Amino acid sequence: MVDEVVERRRVEPILEVSGLVKYYPLTQGILIKKQIGAVKAVDGVDFVLNKGETLGIVGESGCGKSTVAKMLVNLERPTAGFIKYKGEDITRLSGRALKTVRRNIQMVFQDPYTSLNPRMTVGDIIGEPYEIHPEAAPKGDRRRRVQELLDVVGLNPEYINRYPHQFSGGQRQRIGIARGLALRPEVIVADEPVSALDVSVQAQVINLLDRLQNDFDLSYVFIAHDLSIVRHISDRVGVMYLGRIVEIGRDKEIYDHPTHPYTQALLSAVPVPDPEAREHRERIILSGDVPSPTDIPSGCRFRTRCWKAQERCAVEVPLLAVPAAFRLTSGPAAHDSACHFAEEKRVVPPEEPLDDLGDGGV
Amino acid sequence: MLLEVRDLHVEFRTRDGVAHAVNGVSYAVDAGETLAVLGESGSGKSVTAQAVMGILDMPPGRIGGGEILFQGRDLLKLKEEERRKIRGAGMAMIFQDALSALNPVLSVGDQLGEMFVVHRGMSRKDARARAVELMDRVRIPGAAQRVRDYPHQFSGGMRQRIMIAMALALEPALIIADEPTTALDVTVQAQVMDLLAELQREYHMGLILITHDLGVVADVADRIAVMYAGRIVESAPVHDIYKAPAHPYTRGLLDSIPRLDQKGQELYAIKGLPPNLMDIPPGCAFNPRCPMAQDVCRTDEPPLYEVDPHRGSACHFWRECLHG
Repeated sequence: MVDEVVERRRVEPILEVSGLVKYYPLTQGILIKKQIGAVKAVDGVDFVLNKGETLGIVGESGCGKSTVAKMLVNLERPTAGFIKYKGEDITRLSGRALKTVRRNIQMVFQDPYTSLNPRMTVGDIIGEPYEIHPEAAPKGDRRRRVQELLDVVGLNPEYINRYPHQFSGGQRQRIGIARGLALRPEVIVADEPVSALDVSVQAQVINLLDRLQNDFDLSYVFIAHDLSIVRHISDRVGVMYLGRIVEIGRDKEIYDHPTHPYTQALLSAVPVPDPEAREHRERIILSGDVPSPTDIPSGCRFRTRCWKAQERCAVEVPLLAVPAAFRLTSGPAAHDSACHFAEEKRVVPPEEPLDDLGDGGV
Repeated sequence: MLLEVRDLHVEFRTRDGVAHAVNGVSYAVDAGETLAVLGESGSGKSVTAQAVMGILDMPPGRIGGGEILFQGRDLLKLKEEERRKIRGAGMAMIFQDALSALNPVLSVGDQLGEMFVVHRGMSRKDARARAVELMDRVRIPGAAQRVRDYPHQFSGGMRQRIMIAMALALEPALIIADEPTTALDVTVQAQVMDLLAELQREYHMGLILITHDLGVVADVADRIAVMYAGRIVESAPVHDIYKAPAHPYTRGLLDSIPRLDQKGQELYAIKGLPPNLMDIPPGCAFNPRCPMAQDVCRTDEPPLYEVDPHRGSACHFWRECLHG
């Protein structure tokens, strides 16, 4: 059902990312700095974000997902590759042209405690984008706009003169979202927007993001480490490992028909809030830790932790494409997966097979 | 019973007033049993544990009343010197953030060995050998070499293993783990939880697992105590609570988490915010957020009603909640 909805939408790319790379140089010496290596935070990422769609990006810490987010909003310059917004490469822009693009791609940050200036009132925080882009709202109209935004995100418009410390975590995140919406952007990049919030408040913020997407026709890049939340909000999901996307597809393809061993391990490790599942759940426990991004393994970067790894994996880099085994099929396993030995494996047991309409409410 | 907390009260005196962090908490853990204490930030789950361990900052904290019976002795009546002997040897704690819980200027071997030198009077050399054994036990590769390394040289998962090794060192009867895997990635979280469960079985320890994650609880706990505003609102065997919660707060929590195995429509969201601990609403603390609240909930504080011999719920309408 969900798949059809996606299909019926206008498929029109709003962001196209290709060959995106970000290396941070490692230097030695004080006066004469010598480069001795690089932290390869992002090492060749490609994806497309369609209009009105939510693309979820999941991965563990250090996989480069936040660096991708920063490059999308132009807070970091890529080492190589391009990001096309409506067909125009924005990585080389500067000055006025960059400013125009930035208006349309806004960010919501993870930590609502450090991303709001404690000395500014809520009105000033949400209205600040209008100082930078005065053409977006005439001066006399700004206060009214800010109050409207407060109302839109579910806060009392009378709170406009309060300071961030007078709000709870969930309310602060709403302020951050209101600031992101101020310029009526088309794309919102949300980097772990709910991970700092308590469970009961998380749901409120997720529902708000859902509602805003419909009301304002937004496209989201939603970055998180919580796989359940990403599934809930995303139309498509990309799984990152050590600076690369290893598998990408529609939410059903990734969660119910994963073909990359890393995705399978990641999904099987998520604790499921159902004690009945304890016994009949297969868990893949990976050994060891993620290798350092300064010293990425040759060939497939996941091979050092992979139970399927063979000689071929050490010499040949697997490409992100539909694996040969599934190329001629049209089933849900036929999606992009960067593994030489891709195999379909269901690791998330279907809770109630009859309840396939996705109606999880009680 | 290994540990029994009875009607514990803890408050903090602050500039702005008195914060009532724990308001009459009772729970019990037996040897070999895992009790999960579930709650959001400010629910009092960690403060209760700190009172049990005897590591509350006093002042500003103050224990207003209650008993903490450990192996039959009331810890609150003991002298600090006697409590110190119990800490480490009788009960030990695993903290959330291993990097700040470990001393950055001592090697992990020195920190592990210190336990044996102080509590068991061993020589430094013997203590070092025991430290290596322990690191092996929690499956740190190359323990004999790595014993000289400092905390920053280990990854997050490895540091948490060292925390576990340290807690296990003197083979305590009870371990309190405060969000032991919250700071870790999912794949590493699974490794660490597995290790902890295995060691618990082997040493037949009691385990109190403090967490906000309903998934982790379902995976490892025998019993759950759900806390809200410093009180236990529901206490039950793990299977019962997930099948049919008997408190609207528990029900709200379960309904508000997105599921991995299905794509839901709109999420159920508990309205409003947790209460200010300096100004807890009269009656049931959850009443302003509760969809089932009636007049009686705003005036009468519900006791922990007996749902069945193994279950309790602090809701006037637990029957309606259980069957609704």
